[in-house]
Amino acid sequence: MLSTFQSPRSLSRLHLPLRPLKALSSSHRTAATTTTTSALIDQSPPPASSLSSQILSIRHSLLSRELTATQLAESCLSRLLLTEPHLNSFLHISDSVLREAQEIDDRLSRNEDVGPLAGVLVGVKDNICTADMPSTGGSRILESYRPPFDATAVKRVKELGGIVVGKTNLDEFGMGSTTEGSAYKVTSNPWDVSRVPGGSSGGSAAAVSARQCAVSLGSDTGGSVRQPASFCGVVGLKPTYGRVSRYGLMAYASSLDVIGCFGSSVADAGILLGAISGHDRLDATSSHRGVPDFSIHFTSADTFGAKPLEGLRVGLICETLDSGVDPGVTSAVHAAASHLEELGCVIKEVSLPSFSLGLPAYYILASSESSSNLSRYDGIRYGNQVAAEGLNSLYGNSRALGFGAEVKMRILMGTYALSAGYYDAYYKRAQQVRTVIRNSFKAALDENDILISPAAPSAAYRIGEKKNDPLAMYAGDIMTVNVNLAGLPALVLPCGFVEGGPTGLPVGLQMIGAAFDEEKLLKVGHIFEQTLQGPKFVPPLIASEVASS
Amino acid sequence: MASLLFRGMLTHPPILDCIPSLFSRNVCARYYRMGTITQAHVATQESQSSQLKIPPNARNNSLERLLKDYEAIIGIETHVQLSTLTKAFCSCPYNYGSPPNSSICPVCMGLPGALPVLNSKVIESAVRLGLALNCKLSFNSKFDRKQYFYPDLPKGYQISQFDIPIASAGYIELDLPLEFGGGHRKFGITRVHMEEDAGKLLHSGNGNYSQVDLNRAGVPLLEVVSEPDMRNGIEAAEYAAELQRLVRYLGVSNGNMQEGSLRCDVNISVRPRGQSEFGTKVEIKNLNSFSSVNRAIDFEISRQALLLSQGQGDQIVQETRLWEEGSQKTITMRKKEGLSDYRYFPEPDLPEVILTEEYVNKIRGSLPELPEMKRRRYEEMGLGMQDVLFLANDVRVANFFDAAIANGAEVKLAANWIMGDVAAYLKNEKLSIDEIKLTPHELAELIAAIKGGTISGKIAKEILFELMAKGGTVKKLIEEKDLVQITDPSEIEKIIDKVLLDNPKQLEQYRGGKTKLQGFFAGQVMKATKGKANPGLLNKILLEKLNS
Repeated sequence: MLSTFQSPRSLSRLHLPLRPLKALSSSHRTAATTTTTSALIDQSPPPASSLSSQILSIRHSLLSRELTATQLAESCLSRLLLTEPHLNSFLHISDSVLREAQEIDDRLSRNEDVGPLAGVLVGVKDNICTADMPSTGGSRILESYRPPFDATAVKRVKELGGIVVGKTNLDEFGMGSTTEGSAYKVTSNPWDVSRVPGGSSGGSAAAVSARQCAVSLGSDTGGSVRQPASFCGVVGLKPTYGRVSRYGLMAYASSLDVIGCFGSSVADAGILLGAISGHDRLDATSSHRGVPDFSIHFTSADTFGAKPLEGLRVGLICETLDSGVDPGVTSAVHAAASHLEELGCVIKEVSLPSFSLGLPAYYILASSESSSNLSRYDGIRYGNQVAAEGLNSLYGNSRALGFGAEVKMRILMGTYALSAGYYDAYYKRAQQVRTVIRNSFKAALDENDILISPAAPSAAYRIGEKKNDPLAMYAGDIMTVNVNLAGLPALVLPCGFVEGGPTGLPVGLQMIGAAFDEEKLLKVGHIFEQTLQGPKFVPPLIASEVASS
Repeated sequence: MASLLFRGMLTHPPILDCIPSLFSRNVCARYYRMGTITQAHVATQESQSSQLKIPPNARNNSLERLLKDYEAIIGIETHVQLSTLTKAFCSCPYNYGSPPNSSICPVCMGLPGALPVLNSKVIESAVRLGLALNCKLSFNSKFDRKQYFYPDLPKGYQISQFDIPIASAGYIELDLPLEFGGGHRKFGITRVHMEEDAGKLLHSGNGNYSQVDLNRAGVPLLEVVSEPDMRNGIEAAEYAAELQRLVRYLGVSNGNMQEGSLRCDVNISVRPRGQSEFGTKVEIKNLNSFSSVNRAIDFEISRQALLLSQGQGDQIVQETRLWEEGSQKTITMRKKEGLSDYRYFPEPDLPEVILTEEYVNKIRGSLPELPEMKRRRYEEMGLGMQDVLFLANDVRVANFFDAAIANGAEVKLAANWIMGDVAAYLKNEKLSIDEIKLTPHELAELIAAIKGGTISGKIAKEILFELMAKGGTVKKLIEEKDLVQITDPSEIEKIIDKVLLDNPKQLEQYRGGKTKLQGFFAGQVMKATKGKANPGLLNKILLEKLNS
């Protein structure tokens, strides 16, 4: 039943030019673009050999009538069900996938237009609201809670034909870096099931890594898309703050939260970003900036010149290659830098002296905002309520039993930081640090087109390894939190391996761009990905299954 | 079990959620706030009027005596509910009295993932009121979160403004009613800020559970904080009344105290005269009318001054007291257990509020003539203070008066007609001036008709009644009813002759010395002319005839 699944190994080296996906351009980025979108979309099949993009491959299969959406969905679902017992990526699996696939097939059989994400199975992190499925945020306090609305990002995915395959596991409300903080289950890393997938979007990362779905949505407050992407060997894209509507994303730290994208290729992550980006009148912090057509950059490698990135100024952040970083990670990043150099980039080390301040500032700000954002989980209107004698006990019991330890700790820290007499020393000072960090990134990005760093100080570690050492876990966020504080976009893509697991563990390279310049990151990332030599990033868990199919 | 009633708001939004009413005293102080306000809404049915009706002699004499030695310092926090079409941060409409939870959405219910988006009308209203209160505007302000737990507060925080209110450092001017001694006053305004309202709790009769109605959650409010410039109940009540007048003139709120659209919390402390430091501050809540503001404050001043005069000042503690309409007393609601820490911080879901000079100037240009300006203008027009206060009290009356003047009506006559017959009619019919059929133009016509001698004052009253009840024009009514005054002496003479001829007996008696019968003849003439004879002419000619 895995007949339609093509190994990335076989997908990765095809050299036909890609047709640009005009459909995903910025021309229809308003809240009310429901039914009209597909009319704008080129309904001819993209070229057969679509590089490594699963989305383009699916589109080709559908529009050329080689495969039906039902066949594609069945294939993906069977792989999902086969691998899920090993991984536990999902908290809920949709029971309407095949019905939705059938609807697409019906449209195709009537020669009606289908959206650019038609037949694409999309995993959605469980802190992103979906109207027809439970949305728990990984928390006991929202056990079996079903929102009455779809998050804007989900709504846009559906409007473009995407099929939400299920809700992926996460650290409770996004607070954690291992997905062990879920109230429901622990997700495993497809590269080594004894290891964590990272977090908090561990379920979304593992699901794409094991090809349980084509792409997935995650959320990134301090690295929750990029670090699990690195751990699971997939592409993770954290957009600029404001690029994607947060409406329907359960707030953790509102000034830092963004919805991000996972894909098994830069193209897939970019196409998904194009689908969900743009202003939303339901989110006052979403930007009015136009969304460029990212897909024009996803051309095949034979269209690249000898030095496709000639003159691109790349700053390697020297603070990210300090003593605390795993030597294997450091050498993978240096190798990636060399590869970029071969592509024509000018690599320069840049120093961001404020870099180390990011971690404490982040944990103060994120905890402060979360202590406020999580106040609504009081057991009064929705979610688990624990009966009690008196209002304070009702609140106390509902929250004591509803929240996990990590969430409680952050609520306590945040409450403390915002308390009278401490506000200036903590919250206010952290905001000042944030300004310093933002300015230092701005300066570095005036000098450089992109900045690069590891996505995490190490590859995936073992389940339970850091569970009782929160500070060690927090320290793992050092590479990513600054980017959230500065509100910048960043792309993480696999760049190498370190020892560990049955076949080695992937290492991710982080590329940081100027605000709203995702386009440059995607272009550079795509060229990097398409020209990278060495083994491909297919986890052993499915590599064998693919081989046997 | 009451708690079983809890579930189901999502599947059946209009159904009230219930909370076990286990909030015993001290468990949650805010319970009382909501509980009592709800109760008071039912209990008080005082008529809505900006003008106080309590005569000054009702103020007790012991208060007068005590106030020789003590003075009160009074400040007021007022919440003005804005009459925007939709709530502050979502597109739900708000209508007072609609069925519980019939006007709610994910945003005002505080569902996970929902985000606030500011209704720009809230800023416009805030700027309008800020300018009208002579405030300094903050061209760069922001929203903050004020955090506390209560079942009527869905998000666990209220979106408000903390350290940078949109308007500050203004003042309000007013004229005290003459029955309270009159006088012009100017009270400072500390700040005006924008915030959202909370929902309402409804408590079951048996006290077993409480229900949450979120219709009001997210409705925009402006909180207006005064300087502690008031010294007695009447000043405080008139401050509140002027604020109500202002928001109604501006059209930003209906200012209705009974519906809770204008809510006053009073802070009051008393100190011996001559002492520079303030006494202990007490807050009074549950003030549902201007007269209760007045009476509650005077009661509280007496209570505190009496304690101070008896050396029991230590019994005055920082607390919140409740005005009880029934017993006309304030009672302890809750003692302050130190300062509450609301852990304010900037609301990250909303962008900063940036005002441009152009935007503010546009609003400034659109402001109507405000009550204080009207009063000063009416004064200059030569009206007495009684008339000035009456006319400027209600913006609709003031506008009617202004329109009548613009249509050529004489100032004093227009004022008299509006304050007399028109006001009486409005009171009887329980109507407002813009609900009657009479137009300012016709009032001006009517006054002109009297002045020009076309109709008598008596006929004018009849016509006025018709105009108010049924409408129409003065001209047409006079024609239709043939009401034009008879001013032709020869015509009047003819009628008098006929009356004298028809009543020979009475004429004989008159001429025999019974001169009182003059009235009888005048009456007969009026009867014959259906009241249209010019009274002056009539009497003059009649007297000549009788005595000839």
